[in-house]
Amino acid sequence: MSATRKTALNPVHRAMGAKMVEFNGWEMPVEYPSAGGIITEHNAVRTGAGVFDVSHMGDIRLAGPEALAAVQHISMNDASRLALGQAQYSALLYPQGTFVDDVVVHRLGEDEYLLVINAGTREKDFAWVRDHTRQFDCKVENLSDAFTQIAIQGPKAVDLLQKLTDAHLSAVKFYWATRGTVCGLKNILIARTGYTGEDGFEIYVPADDETSRRVWNETLQAGEEFGVVPCGLGSRNTLRLEAKLPLYGHEISDAINVWEAGLDRFCKMEKPDFLGRAALEKARAEGLKRTLVGLEMVDRGIARDGYPVLDNAGGEIGYVTSGSPAPFLKKNIALAYVPPEFIALGTELKVEIRGQGVKAIVVTTPFYKRPKKA
Amino acid sequence: MPYPTDYKYTKEHEWIKVDGKNATIGITHHAQEALGDIVFVDLPKIGSEIHSGKAFGSVESVKAVSDLFAPVSGTVTALNGDLATAPEKINKDAHSAWMIKIALEDPAELNSLLSPDDYEKFVAEEG
Repeated sequence: MSATRKTALNPVHRAMGAKMVEFNGWEMPVEYPSAGGIITEHNAVRTGAGVFDVSHMGDIRLAGPEALAAVQHISMNDASRLALGQAQYSALLYPQGTFVDDVVVHRLGEDEYLLVINAGTREKDFAWVRDHTRQFDCKVENLSDAFTQIAIQGPKAVDLLQKLTDAHLSAVKFYWATRGTVCGLKNILIARTGYTGEDGFEIYVPADDETSRRVWNETLQAGEEFGVVPCGLGSRNTLRLEAKLPLYGHEISDAINVWEAGLDRFCKMEKPDFLGRAALEKARAEGLKRTLVGLEMVDRGIARDGYPVLDNAGGEIGYVTSGSPAPFLKKNIALAYVPPEFIALGTELKVEIRGQGVKAIVVTTPFYKRPKKA
Repeated sequence: MPYPTDYKYTKEHEWIKVDGKNATIGITHHAQEALGDIVFVDLPKIGSEIHSGKAFGSVESVKAVSDLFAPVSGTVTALNGDLATAPEKINKDAHSAWMIKIALEDPAELNSLLSPDDYEKFVAEEG
């Protein structure tokens, strides 16, 4: 059993009085009571800016003459559409069409791609990518420990980060990246990506303690005028849930396929073969047995991960993958797998909470969509 | 945080204030701090019985559900209605945001509870 890992910013979080929690083998801040806690952090991201240490995420670089072919083989989205500096959400699939992991694919160079992967699947993903790209003329490197990754999220994120960089952030569209000097550090990858449903950026700085600490502190200082708060995994989860962003092990897993998870638009079946394609073709022909829906609690109660979903007769028809209060929407929401006959908006269902069926309805997702800039 | 001297405490972080044959129960300041923002409280019905050491309800933060454990046995005589709509009152002042009032079944059970000093020591050791 391996020891819990820590990011370079661990002592900084502790010094700020953060409540620390174990997450997929990592000791991470769940919330910062001195900043106000989960609800305050969540709402700061929706209305101003929040800063997250997401260094526990992993990074795999593929570089070489056949790097694109390698990515195309293991990733379900179409990486050939990526211009230099562009990124896309995708997933690595098992031959059964189920998920190894979800991933953001960045095209960093002519023949250079970066896969940003989940913390809990770092080792599994690296082994998977390495083992399934041997046939391509391409180097596969695990860069997960090379970066301190900081996410700056919220409507004020761009104004905040612009104070720290010479890169022209207004020219960087959502799901694009650039390189620039950040906090005096040259050639830093700046990506307009995130996991909150808001505008925002993720910066990748060297992982040494001194640099990590300095960039974190300078980011918080630069954000003071915008009311920036440090944000932990607690608000990270409530934010992504409101935005209906999947979490590995919950909405997606090695037992769930792409169609069930509703991630069709990121899966380009028209690509020549990729891992999982054949199984997905077959599954599509057979039809869905279950599908992911959004639920809103109608009666008093909070649906939580794993709780059974019942039909009105009280029969168990599915389960909650993720459930929580939604701090910005001020409702209790959940994502759940149910059979296709229950997916119509407004369908009345129940969630079993401590032995009682509590009324919920199927609602449209994402639960929250950020307002379009005028 | 000074713990009220006329309350007694449990290792599960409940407090109890005795008033003759009746008592008022809530959770401590330490408990609310550990929980974070409280968003939901689930209390038993008036007239139901609670049993010493057994769960009688639950309190929920954004992230988690925590059982409430009965410090002593008794019958529920009143509920704090505020907590249904404003559970955050517990975060604001845990020692006055009471949860239930009960008629005591066996006042002798009070003897095994912690004094304010013992509770403070217990919290400090728990770390």
